[in-house]
Amino acid sequence: MLKTRPWVPYLYVLPAFCLIGFIFAYPVAQVFNYSFRLIRGNSGPWVGTLNYQLIFEDPTFRSAAKHSLLLLLAVPVLLAISVLVSVLLYERARGWKIYRSVLFFPFILAVPVVGIVASYMFTLNGVVNSLLGAVGIDGPDWIGDSNKALWTLMLVIVWREVGFGIILFLARLLSLPEEQLEAARIDGAGWWSRLRYVILPELRGTIEFYCVIAAITMLAWVFGYVWTLTKGGPGDATTVLELYIYNQGLRNSLPGMASAVAVLLMGATMIFVALLFYVRRRQHEEEVA
Amino acid sequence: MAVDEPLVRAEAVPVEPPRRRLGAGRFVRQLLLACAAILALYPVWFMISTAFKSNDQYLDNTYGFPWPLDVANFSGALRGGEFFRWLANSAILTFGSVIIATLFGALAAFAIARMRFRGRDAFLSINVGLLIVPPVVMLIPLFTLYTQFSMVSTYWGVIILYAGLTLPFSVYLLSNFFRAIPRELFESAAMDGASHLTILSRILMPLSAPALVTLVVVNSLWVWNELLIALVFLPDEQKRTLMVGVTVFQGRYNLDVPLTMAGMCLASIPMFFLYLFGQRLFIRGLTAGAVKG
Repeated sequence: MLKTRPWVPYLYVLPAFCLIGFIFAYPVAQVFNYSFRLIRGNSGPWVGTLNYQLIFEDPTFRSAAKHSLLLLLAVPVLLAISVLVSVLLYERARGWKIYRSVLFFPFILAVPVVGIVASYMFTLNGVVNSLLGAVGIDGPDWIGDSNKALWTLMLVIVWREVGFGIILFLARLLSLPEEQLEAARIDGAGWWSRLRYVILPELRGTIEFYCVIAAITMLAWVFGYVWTLTKGGPGDATTVLELYIYNQGLRNSLPGMASAVAVLLMGATMIFVALLFYVRRRQHEEEVA
Repeated sequence: MAVDEPLVRAEAVPVEPPRRRLGAGRFVRQLLLACAAILALYPVWFMISTAFKSNDQYLDNTYGFPWPLDVANFSGALRGGEFFRWLANSAILTFGSVIIATLFGALAAFAIARMRFRGRDAFLSINVGLLIVPPVVMLIPLFTLYTQFSMVSTYWGVIILYAGLTLPFSVYLLSNFFRAIPRELFESAAMDGASHLTILSRILMPLSAPALVTLVVVNSLWVWNELLIALVFLPDEQKRTLMVGVTVFQGRYNLDVPLTMAGMCLASIPMFFLYLFGQRLFIRGLTAGAVKG
C-alpha cells in the first residue's frame, strides 16, 4: 500500500464516484420517487401506490410481465447448450479452436442487426420456411402468429446469447487442473460419469453465476431484440417489461407508471442477485463445516 | 493468459483413452459441433449471400447461391452518405465514452488497489453490484433530467451516459489488474520520490496494457452495439448512431431485403474486424471475474 495523506485516495475516486452518482444513484433514487407520484414534467403530487395499482390493472402490463417471465424459460436452455458445447470443445475435439471462434461469432453481431436479419428470415415466405418447405415441412408463421412470436423471439435471443455462455464455461474449464479429469479417465469413468461427478461439480460456481446473468438478461436486457424483431407485436404478443417502460414512459407520457415498472424490474434483478449470494454463502459454510 | 495455460500441459502429457470407445464418441462429438457451427453461421451466411443478390434473385430463391453477384446493393445502401454520418456518430460516442470510462476507471482503481481509505471496500462492492443494474431502470429519470437541462441530442450528454454505464465494469476490471502487479515495482519508485500520478501513468498503466486493451475492446463493443439509449437520447436525425440507423433502414427498405442486408453487412464490418484481430481480448474481457469464482 502506498502511504498518502488521508484525503488523497478520495481525490482519485472522486471523478468515478460523481459519475456513478449521476448515472446510477440519482436516477435509481428518483425512479422510486417518481413511482409514487403523478409526474408532470419533472415532478408532481404524491399519489401513494396509485401507479402500482394502475399497472396491475393494465392488461398490457400483465401480459408484458407474463412474457418477461416466460422468457426466463430460455435460461435452462442456454445453460444446457453452453455447458454441453463447452465440454465438447474442452475435450479437444478436432478443430476445437475454430469451433470456438465460430460459435462465439454471433455474440459479436450487434443485437439490432441480429433482430433485423431474423425478422426477414422468419417471415411467412422467408428463408426458414423455404428451407423447411424444401424438406417437405409446412413452416409456421413464426412472427406473424401471436401464439408463436414469443418463442421465435426466444429462439433468436438464445442464438446470439449462447456464444457468451460457451466461452464462459470453456474459459472456466481450461483454468481447471487437468489431473482430476485424467485420473477419472484412467479409472475408466465414462463420458457421462466424468461430466456428472467431475466436471459439473467444478463448474458449479460458474453455473450459478451464469444463471443469474442469463436471467437478468432475459428480464431486462432484451429491448434491442424486441424492437427490431417484432416491436412488441403482433398485438402485444411480444411486449416485454422493458418495452412497456419505454412505451408508457416516453410514448404515452406516463412516467409514474413506467417508474413503478422500473422499480419492480429492479427488485426482480435484485432477488436473483440475492439468491446468488445466498447460495454462495451456504456453499461456503458447507465447505468450512 | 490463464485461459491458454492448460493447453500447453495437455500437449506435453498426451493421454490416449481406449481407442474403441473413441471412434463412436469422436464421430458424435464432431457431428454435434458441426451442427452447432452451421446453426451459428447460417444467419450470417444468409445476411451476406442475400446482400449480393438482386431483389428479383432473392424473390426467386431465398436461399440459393448469389450468382451472378450483384454489388449494387452496397452502393445503394451507401447512397446519400447517411451511412457514413451514422458511422461517424457512433465513432464519436464510442471514442469519447471509452476514454472517459478508462480514465476515471483507472484513477479510481489505482486508489482502490493501492491505497488504504475508509469506504474503499464499500465502493468496490457497489461497483460490482451496479454491473447488473439494467439501463432501462434509469431511463425515465435520466430522460426527464436531460430534457430539463436540454442535454437530449447532444454528443457530450450521451457520452457521459455511456461512460457512466460502463464505469462500474471498468473500475472492477482495472482494480483487479492493478492488484495483481507486484508492489515492489512501484514501492521503490515511490521511495525514489515519484508522485502518485507518475506511478500510475509510468508504471501501472504500461504494465496493465493488456487489461487496458481488453477493457477498451469490451466497452467499445458495448457502446457501439447499444440501441435503447441511442434511440431515446439522440432523437435528432443528424445525431443518429449506426444502430439506430440500421433500424431506420429496416423501415425504409422493408420490401427490398437484399438492400437491407447489404446495410446490415456494412454495419457489422467494424466489429467483425475488431473480432478478427482481438478475439482473445474479447474472450478475456468477457470472462474476467466470472472464471475466478
